[in-house]
Amino acid sequence: MTEQTWQYRTPRHRLVLWVSWLCFVALCVFCWQVMTQDTIWYFVTDAPRQAADLGSRMIPPRWSYLEKLWLPLWDTLNIATLGTLLGVLFAIPVAFLAASNTTPSRLFVRPIALFIIVASRSINSLIWALLLVSIIGPGLLAGIIAIGLRSIGFVAKLLYEAIEETDTIQIEAITATGASRAQILNYAIVPQILPAFCGISVFRWDINIRESTILGLVGAGGIGVQLQASLNTLAWPQVTMIFIVILATVVISEWVSAKVRHAII
Amino acid sequence: MLSVSNVSKTYAAGDKALDDVSFTIPAGQVVGLIGPSGAGKSTLIRCVNRLVEPTSGTITLGDTPITGLSVSDLRSVRRRIGMIFQEYALVERLTVMENVLSGRLGYVSFWRSLLRRFPAVDVQKAYALLDRVGLMEHASKRADALSGGQRQRVGIARALEQDPELLLVDEPTASLDPKTSRQIMRLLIEICNERQLPAIINIHDVVLARQFTERLIGLQAGRIVFDGAPSELDETVLTRIYGEEDWTTLDKETEAA
Repeated sequence: MTEQTWQYRTPRHRLVLWVSWLCFVALCVFCWQVMTQDTIWYFVTDAPRQAADLGSRMIPPRWSYLEKLWLPLWDTLNIATLGTLLGVLFAIPVAFLAASNTTPSRLFVRPIALFIIVASRSINSLIWALLLVSIIGPGLLAGIIAIGLRSIGFVAKLLYEAIEETDTIQIEAITATGASRAQILNYAIVPQILPAFCGISVFRWDINIRESTILGLVGAGGIGVQLQASLNTLAWPQVTMIFIVILATVVISEWVSAKVRHAII
Repeated sequence: MLSVSNVSKTYAAGDKALDDVSFTIPAGQVVGLIGPSGAGKSTLIRCVNRLVEPTSGTITLGDTPITGLSVSDLRSVRRRIGMIFQEYALVERLTVMENVLSGRLGYVSFWRSLLRRFPAVDVQKAYALLDRVGLMEHASKRADALSGGQRQRVGIARALEQDPELLLVDEPTASLDPKTSRQIMRLLIEICNERQLPAIINIHDVVLARQFTERLIGLQAGRIVFDGAPSELDETVLTRIYGEEDWTTLDKETEAA
């Protein structure tokens, strides 16, 4: 038997790989030039001193400011929770219309559902809030709807993927009993996607708590309004206090969402 | 009585799964459907309740022509046909009782089934069936908490909960160990005899098929190449169905069983 040499890559493959790496490095060099041409290097070298200066003005936090933050914090939690509920409520039908195994029409309904998902996902909550504040005025409602609109796409996308991944044999078995479409949904599909659905909703609620803390920057209510006011008046100790409150809230919400998801699965 | 005449099925990709298949099954007869993988066994039984749409041919159950029914009429004929699956096909996250009661979905309204308020008769029947298959104490467990053999018993109870006139059984033992396989086959045959229930059982285990069924149909590349009593299944027939192989050991196994 003749000696065979084995090579991991063909010569052609190796050439392509080398050229790709070369292009990548060239791109990096080009990007660095673009990035640095408008940089004023004096400011960059001065940065540590500036940071230290800002830091010294932010410390210590103004603890007495805390009592004025409880109400905005409560508003923020409400925006996140009600917004998530609103989003989930609309996301459920959208997901079933978008999943290729449950949609009534792949040709007409599914593209519309997918468009709703993409439209909702492509616009940040902050932008939604900006638009809504100018439409329905500043306040909690604008924040709730902004969070809701952004959540529809996120929840619907993950949910329709879960629907498409369901076990077809279980669906076949329920179909074979003579069940109607609605009954098949209820008996074969819903039990399979329920854990995913709960996990997705809690995960989105957790994200929404973080997002709703900044909605106040554009006037959509919550703790962001205080942040905006403190920044405008250069009240740095208050800003620090708000950061601490936001951090604590996010940590707690992450803990809650991890617990809930663990309990479901 | 089930009659299948000139049924063919060509899949969209162009594969011919069934080619002019015809047979009839009288009341109370248990038929084993054997053949190599890809011979069209699964396609054939799925054509009977139209989980797979046959390309041509007619299938009638009693006086009802199954082929050509509208969607709503199809539901009412599906509920007359019980189906049992290889991987049990239970809804894993529902309880055993919900799985058995799902056999009544073709009979109850959506709201009743949504609220799990099945008629008392149905619930009594479900309990009686769970008792019959020996799973009374597992009624409120989740289906995924049971072993393979137990799950297949739930699958049988679900099919019987439909009060079927025909059972379609797709590889009931393929996921089970030899002992459990025999217990499940015995249970199936007993139940068919008790109720004078005709059944088509897809089975790749020839030894089991010979042991438990009264008639065998051999399928090869979508065509029927054998239809007769298990005793007629000799080496030439096995070769016709499965191809050339040394079949002598298989014969000994059957005698031993």
